[in-house]
Amino acid sequence: MTNYTQGTARYVSPKKKGFFQKLASQWQLALMSVPIFLYVLLFNYFPMWGWRNAFLDYSSKKLVARGITPYIGFDNFKWLFSRQDFLLSIRNTLAMSLINLVFGTVSAIVLAVLLNEVRQKMFKRTVQTITYLPHFLSMVIIVAMAQNIFASNGPVNDLLGLLGIQPVFWLGEGKHFWWLVGIINVWKEVGWGTIIYISAMTAIDPALYEAASIDGAGRFQKILHVTLPGIKSTFVILLIMNIGHLMEAGFEIQYLLGNGLTAEFSRTIDVFVLEYGTSQMDFGVATAAGIFKSVVAIILLLGANFISRRLGEDTLV
Amino acid sequence: MTNASYQNQKVRKHYDVAFPIVNTVILILLMFVTLYPVINTVAYSFNDGTDALKAGIGLWPRVFSTKSYESILSDPAVYQAAWISASKTVIITVLNLFWTSMLAYTLTRKEYVLRKVITTMMVLTMYVNAGLIPNYLLISRTLHLRNTYWVYIIPTMFSCFNMVVLRTYIAGLPEALVESARIDGAGDIRIFWQIIFPLCKPVLATVALFVAVGSWNSWFDTHLYNASKTELHSLQYLLKMKLATTNQSANAANASVEALTSSAASKTTPVTIRCAITVVSTVPILVVYPFLQKYFVTGMVLGSVKG
Repeated sequence: MTNYTQGTARYVSPKKKGFFQKLASQWQLALMSVPIFLYVLLFNYFPMWGWRNAFLDYSSKKLVARGITPYIGFDNFKWLFSRQDFLLSIRNTLAMSLINLVFGTVSAIVLAVLLNEVRQKMFKRTVQTITYLPHFLSMVIIVAMAQNIFASNGPVNDLLGLLGIQPVFWLGEGKHFWWLVGIINVWKEVGWGTIIYISAMTAIDPALYEAASIDGAGRFQKILHVTLPGIKSTFVILLIMNIGHLMEAGFEIQYLLGNGLTAEFSRTIDVFVLEYGTSQMDFGVATAAGIFKSVVAIILLLGANFISRRLGEDTLV
Repeated sequence: MTNASYQNQKVRKHYDVAFPIVNTVILILLMFVTLYPVINTVAYSFNDGTDALKAGIGLWPRVFSTKSYESILSDPAVYQAAWISASKTVIITVLNLFWTSMLAYTLTRKEYVLRKVITTMMVLTMYVNAGLIPNYLLISRTLHLRNTYWVYIIPTMFSCFNMVVLRTYIAGLPEALVESARIDGAGDIRIFWQIIFPLCKPVLATVALFVAVGSWNSWFDTHLYNASKTELHSLQYLLKMKLATTNQSANAANASVEALTSSAASKTTPVTIRCAITVVSTVPILVVYPFLQKYFVTGMVLGSVKG
C-alpha cells in the first residue's frame, strides 16, 4: 500500500499544494465565509443536540425544578400516539396542507394561464401588482381582516344571504375551519404563485404557438397542447418541494384564527408542539412531536423525488 | 371542408372572440376580491367606533371619524412598537445583505477548497430543521437572548434561501470580471466589494424586500421571547394582542350593542382601533413593494427553480 502511494507520487507535481496550504492561500475567501458557516452550525445544526430531550422525562414539575430529567427511552413517543389530540393534530396538518397544495397549485396555474392570455401590458401588470399584495401582508393582519369578512354579520354572510343561503358561523364551527384556511391561503398566495409559472410560460418557444395556429388550433387547444405541457417540469419540481413540506401546514394562521370552539380542527402538529413546549413546558413530548414531523417530512421528500425519477421527470435531490 | 368541421371552426371562432372578454371580467372580479378586505379594513378604521359595532360597512365609512387614529397616535406604546419594528427591520436587512452576498460570492469560486462542504451544509438546512423546541432552548437557555432586543437580530441575520438566490445570480456574471481583477492584483475581498457587490444591485433589492417584509411582519419572536417585556413589543405583536382582546370582547359586544351604544363615552371600539393599527402597519409595505416588482419577480425565479 505504502509502496503504491509512493509509486504514484511522481504524478503529483511538486507545485501541487495540500488542503491546508490551499486554504492558507485562500484566506480571504475563508475570512468571508467561515464566520457565517460557524453561525449556521450554531443556529441550524447545534439545536439538533436538543433532540435528546425527546427521550427525557419532563412530566414531573418537581423533578424538573431540581434539574432531574430521567431517561425514558421511547416513552414520550408512545405517549404521543396514545393521545387523541395528537392524532387529530396529524389529521388536521395533513388535511390543511393537502387542501392548500391542491387549491393553491390549481388556482395559481389557472391564474397564470389567464394572465398569459392578456394582451394589454398595462392591464396585466395591474392585475399582477394587486394580486401580489396579500403575499406581503402579515398573518396577523390577514386574520384581523378575516375576522371582519367572515364575521356572522360580515360581507360573506351578506352575500350568501342575497343568494338565499342561511348565514354560516364561519369562525365558531370546527367543520368550516379547514376550508376557511384554504380560502384565506388561496387569497393570500394565488398571485405570488403565478410568478414561477408565468416565467416558465415566457420560456416557451413562440414557434410552437405558430405551428399550432397553422394546424388550426384555437386558443383553448393552444393552452391545452402548448402552454400546459410547457410548464410541466416546473409543476413537477414545485410538486416535489411541496410534498416535502406537507407536514408544514403552518401554525400562524391556525394559532391566530383558531379558538376553543374550533380547536379539534385547527390544532396542527406545530400548534401542538407550541402548546406542550412553551405553555406546559413539557419539552420531552414537544420535541418528540417535532422529531416525528421532521422524519415524516424527509421520507415524503425522498419518496416524491424517487417517484419523480422513476417517471423520468426532473428531480430535486 | 365538411360541414361538421366548418361548424366546429365557427364555434371555435366564437370562443376566441368571447374568451378575452370573459378573461377580463374574471380578472377584474379577482382584483375586487383581493382588494375588498383591504378597503373594508380602511373603511372600518375611519368609521365611528360605536356605529361600527352594527357591522355592514362596505367600501366606505358610514359615520366618518378619525377618532381611532387620534387614539392610537396619542398612545406612546404604538410609537415605541413602531420604533422597535422599524429599527429591527433596518438592522436585519443591512446585516442580511452583507452576510448573504459575501457568502454567496465565496461559494461561486470554484477553486475554493471549502466550497463543497459549506454549500452542502447550507442547502441541507432548507430541508432539515431541528424544530421549534430545540431552537427555543438554544435561544433562551444557551444564548440567554430572552427579553433582549438581540433576539430580533441574531437568530435572523442570515438566510439560506436568499443566499441561494444571490449565488445563482453571481454565478451568472462573466468570469472574466474576476479573472482580470485578479491579474491586476486584487484579492477576493476587494474583488467582492468593488466589482461583484455593486453588480448585484437588482437581486440585492429583491433580497432586501424579502428580508425587510419578513422582519416587519414577524410577531412570533416577540410572542415567544419578549412577551413579558412591553418596551420590546413590535407593531405586529401589538396588533396580535388587540386581536386577542377583540376576540374576547366580541361575544360580549354582540350581546349588548345597545348598552354600549347608549353608554358610549369614547368614540372608539376595539374593532376600529384594530383596523387603524392594521392600516398603519401596512402602509409602509404598500408604499415600497410596487416599485420593487420587476426585481422580486426575477429574484423569485432565480431562487426557486434553480435552487
